[in-house]
Amino acid sequence: MAGKLAPMKSPPYITTMRPQDILVPQPHGLCCRPGEFYIDPVRPVARALITHGHSDHARAGHGAVLATQETLDMMRLRYGDDFAGSTQAITYGEEIRFGTCQVKFHPAGHVLGSAQISVTCGGVRVVASGDYKDVADPTCAPFEVVPCDVFITEATFGLPVFRHGNPQAEIAKLLNSVALFPERAHLVGAYSLGKAQRVIAMLRQAGYDAPIYLHGAMETITRYYESRGIALGELRPARDAKKVELAGTITLAPPTAIQDLWTRRFPDPLAAFASGWMRVRARARQRGIELPLVISDHADWDGLCATIEATGAHEIWVTHGQEDALVHWATTKGLTARPLALVGYGEEDEETALPTSDGTKA
Amino acid sequence: MNRFAALLDRLSYEPGRNNKLRLITAYFRDTPDPDRGYALAAMTGALSFKHAKSGLIRDLIVARSDPALFALSYDYVGDLSETVALMWPRPDRLTNSPPPPSLGEVVTTLDSLPKKELPAQLAQWLDELDETGRWALLKLVTGALRIGVSARLAKTAAAALGDKDPHDIELIWPGLAPPYAELFAWLEGRAAIPVTHDPAPFRPVMLAHAIEDSDFANLDPNDFAAEWKWDGIRVQAVSGRAEDRTIVTRLYSRTGEDITGAFPDLLPALHLPGAVDGELLVLRDKRVQTFNVLQQRLNRKSVTPKLMKDYPIHLRAYDLLGDGENDLRELPFEERRDRLEAFIAKLNNPRVDLSVQVPFRSWDELAAARADPASANAGEDAEAVEGVMLKRRDAAYVPGRPKGQWWKWKRDPHVIDAVLMYAQRGHGKRSSYYSDYTFGVWTTGDAGEELVPVGKAYFGFTDEELIQIDKFVRRYTTERFGPVRQVVHEPDQGLVLEVAFEGLQRSTRHKSGVAMRFPRINRLRWDKPPREADRLETLEKMLSP
Repeated sequence: MAGKLAPMKSPPYITTMRPQDILVPQPHGLCCRPGEFYIDPVRPVARALITHGHSDHARAGHGAVLATQETLDMMRLRYGDDFAGSTQAITYGEEIRFGTCQVKFHPAGHVLGSAQISVTCGGVRVVASGDYKDVADPTCAPFEVVPCDVFITEATFGLPVFRHGNPQAEIAKLLNSVALFPERAHLVGAYSLGKAQRVIAMLRQAGYDAPIYLHGAMETITRYYESRGIALGELRPARDAKKVELAGTITLAPPTAIQDLWTRRFPDPLAAFASGWMRVRARARQRGIELPLVISDHADWDGLCATIEATGAHEIWVTHGQEDALVHWATTKGLTARPLALVGYGEEDEETALPTSDGTKA
Repeated sequence: MNRFAALLDRLSYEPGRNNKLRLITAYFRDTPDPDRGYALAAMTGALSFKHAKSGLIRDLIVARSDPALFALSYDYVGDLSETVALMWPRPDRLTNSPPPPSLGEVVTTLDSLPKKELPAQLAQWLDELDETGRWALLKLVTGALRIGVSARLAKTAAAALGDKDPHDIELIWPGLAPPYAELFAWLEGRAAIPVTHDPAPFRPVMLAHAIEDSDFANLDPNDFAAEWKWDGIRVQAVSGRAEDRTIVTRLYSRTGEDITGAFPDLLPALHLPGAVDGELLVLRDKRVQTFNVLQQRLNRKSVTPKLMKDYPIHLRAYDLLGDGENDLRELPFEERRDRLEAFIAKLNNPRVDLSVQVPFRSWDELAAARADPASANAGEDAEAVEGVMLKRRDAAYVPGRPKGQWWKWKRDPHVIDAVLMYAQRGHGKRSSYYSDYTFGVWTTGDAGEELVPVGKAYFGFTDEELIQIDKFVRRYTTERFGPVRQVVHEPDQGLVLEVAFEGLQRSTRHKSGVAMRFPRINRLRWDKPPREADRLETLEKMLSP
């Protein structure tokens, strides 16, 4: 094999392994029987391979954990040093054998350290992509297309109405608003791990060089991003600032905080929210968002479709999200497609977000 | 178009009036003619092209997408224009593709486009615009902007561009047409104020202050005339002679919106040139009907003969601002009143009558009349009396709310004690507070005594009280439904709210069978246990038979 994928044009009866012999959905998560491991298991298992650090994918209590260094670090920050029996770091492109399976991690472009995991066994390659996005992000390695036989894709934004557009235009919208309402504090709701740092980095790319303020729940993870060489400019804890100083500033906070008691320390706060969900107006309105920013860590509909086609996979398994539409689309393209009934994945749960810098929950 | 779309997008999420004004004014400042003028026309409802039907929009997307994917998407988004705007297939754009259309281009093209060319033209624009641009275009062509901006607000934003009084724009507005280049030239100080040739212009209205008990000590009853305050809507009926000597008649709302089209049955009565300030009412057998009845005639685009017959419209006149060619607004109220009486007599039409004056010699006498209008001269119309109006006999007619000239003295509202049941977060400044309250009263249900919701209120309390209620809600939440919290409401535990309201009507939409008009929180009754709150029967007794 040696890195080269066997062309899958041959009739299926020649193949010795069926894809479901390699990876199969189980109550604990996606299970590789020949390799004796799980990918992103939702309950404790002996051996776990973790795609990325969001709490719905990276859980504590496993025996052995294999993940990128960044993902391991994020798990340590969230759960403490004894989050797993043992850990092993793997780099992108590095190959590790488990039983008869070769395992490789490839950049997923989702958040810092996020990976797709390819499992090759008996001449068949299955790629579990975890969460991914195929657009530029200054805070993580770009998504890499991995040719494969079976592609396991998320479908968070698996409807044709989800077109994320140009994220820099959304940043421009935020900056225009700050210029138009200089007496108000702009609070940007963003998931603490990944989205917040990406928004900050894009603000810097757009030339915004004023200090950016952080909710306590953002500090630890944001400082970690900086320690990995991602420049984010001057950041200040919002809790140290006086109310008047916060006029005309931008503060990043977890989505649950931007409309609650915490906001009363800000002058006339304006609630913005950076999320792919903001594409649908009713969603933004239900949450009472005044400035929706369509910035997503997940591939949009066009991204999902383009990625599926680029992998060359003839079989598509669709995990969490809007599976129906994506399965339907793949079928119309002549692909074999089915939803995988995996439970326990979705938006990262902010209740289990990273601890604040002073050790309390956000 | 994309700049206009960005404005509409932002406005559709912005709850605050002042912030809306700033967004619109900034748009007018940054956008050149004629686009900003067409935007003003779109927001004031002054565009005249025929709206596209939603069926046409649906046909466009069905021809370009997988029906199953469209169905799933429409189901998820819930709005046809938005679904189409978002899932419109991205064309392979060539580098020499035309730029997205400007708003002016869209409006002027639609004005003259033959109907059969509309689908192809729309498709081309949809190809050229981005997601927000497509959404705005579809909202515009289907005539469903719904961005929470009134014509008045849009004009006020335009006025702010030149630091002008919005009343001045209202005055010249009927003589203007999109794209309002001469208006913007004046607002930007590049030209004189446009001259209006409108034979029946709106005059900015004079408003009253609410009177407080403490005000009476400083007021002399001899200086004032009193009238009943009717529970209808304030209108200005203006007739004037056009250049061809024909009579032009217009009916304006108190904000200057032209509502003539909704009341064709009133227009023939206004056959003499003049400007009458009065109250629009429904009269049946010469009896004034309640506001609930009048409401059937409001906010309608067209009126049927049946509607006009069942809800006969009437104008009760209380001031005369113009008589023929003469502007009377500088005259004292007493003199205008004399002119008004003569004018109404000359009109001699049962559709228009005079607002009677309430005789009184002391404030005590007036208070007695206000408490019982039937015993004064309101007679059988007493039900429709909202209070009394006090007008200084020597007051000129001054636009706005000048101090000390006109007072309104409303009847005491109905008051009940209800129990807080649910609380919802507010918007904008109040988004971190639970500030919308659903309250209920006791009734005997299948399972014994229970609270049934009778209304919702989100004002009337002080900032201090809001903080107290917010704390209470957070502490005593029993269940959460999205942004709504259910709050403890047991016979011995819960918060009693004294709720004031103006009227009550039967409602099939509410479980309780009643709906309140203008409910607000009057007082917090921390002292009162919920079991002592009012019962539904008390409300049912208030319903007029």
